[in-house]
Amino acid sequence: MSIVALATEGSGYTSPGVADFWQPLVGNGAFAITRASVAILVSVAVLSWLLLAGTKRMAVVPSKRQFATESTYGLVRNGLGRDIIGSHDFLKFVPLLFTMFVLILLNNLFSIIPVVQFPTMSRVAFPTALALVVFVVYHVVGFRKHGLVGYFKSIIPAGLSVGLMIPIFLLELITDLFTRPVTLALRLFGNMFAGHLLLVLFIGGGEYLLLHGAGAFKLAGVGALGMGFVMTVFEILVQVLQAYIFTLLAALYIAGAVANDH
Amino acid sequence: MQGNIAILGYGLSAIGPGIGVGLIFAAYINGVARQPEARGMLQPIAFLGFALAEALAIFGLALAFVFR
Repeated sequence: MSIVALATEGSGYTSPGVADFWQPLVGNGAFAITRASVAILVSVAVLSWLLLAGTKRMAVVPSKRQFATESTYGLVRNGLGRDIIGSHDFLKFVPLLFTMFVLILLNNLFSIIPVVQFPTMSRVAFPTALALVVFVVYHVVGFRKHGLVGYFKSIIPAGLSVGLMIPIFLLELITDLFTRPVTLALRLFGNMFAGHLLLVLFIGGGEYLLLHGAGAFKLAGVGALGMGFVMTVFEILVQVLQAYIFTLLAALYIAGAVANDH
Repeated sequence: MQGNIAILGYGLSAIGPGIGVGLIFAAYINGVARQPEARGMLQPIAFLGFALAEALAIFGLALAFVFR
């Protein structure tokens, strides 16, 4: 906090804000090719290469690359798919969950990978698209499993008295149709946005204090850059965690839709 | 003094989730300490609770930028 106050007193420093996340490379306006859209295309190419290379020469005694690929897949398949959706019908959702996990993970890690250094998910359109996919999937599998009336019935917990049924039904309907997709998208967006803002603040502000500050401010600049390093390490944790949480929640929503009884 | 009062709103909205996340992980650590083999079962539950509590703080952050 004090760093912001100190840094904004000078004339040349502007504290980072929303504007830092709008970086068009080609064109401008709604159809501009931005840094984020390039980043997600790069991520798809890198992921395809990594996964194809990791599974090319499969061996009983795996190579390092095969082991890394397999353990990531195993984490999603067993830890998220089988344990949450249930061993009966989890297999058909594993491709979706695995794609979500690795795509979000790499795009989050882009925040700290040099040259790219931009978390794709800090533009709200990208997590919104992913959340919409999850939204459509869990409703469609729910309708397929229970039928139209049965699906609406299945969202009411069993054993409720008649008077409670309507308010609970409305609450559950709002949760299913509104709260879940919105929080799913906003959680990922907010974490990546806030994390990147924090890094820009500490490193940009630290650089300004160190190079343009006078006397003791230079020391504060060193401190800010040190904090920037600490926050970078913390961001790695947050990025992996958010990829995990997004996939976990997607699996939970799907599990709720395909469950036999609520 | 210059600034935007919306940022204070974010500070306020972070109090509740901060306490909530603390309680969730306290319970998780307690559970694992008492029964280490239950870790695999408790972990998704703990992170689910964490994600749900944290969403409120994230709303606060998003709204702090929306209403500036």
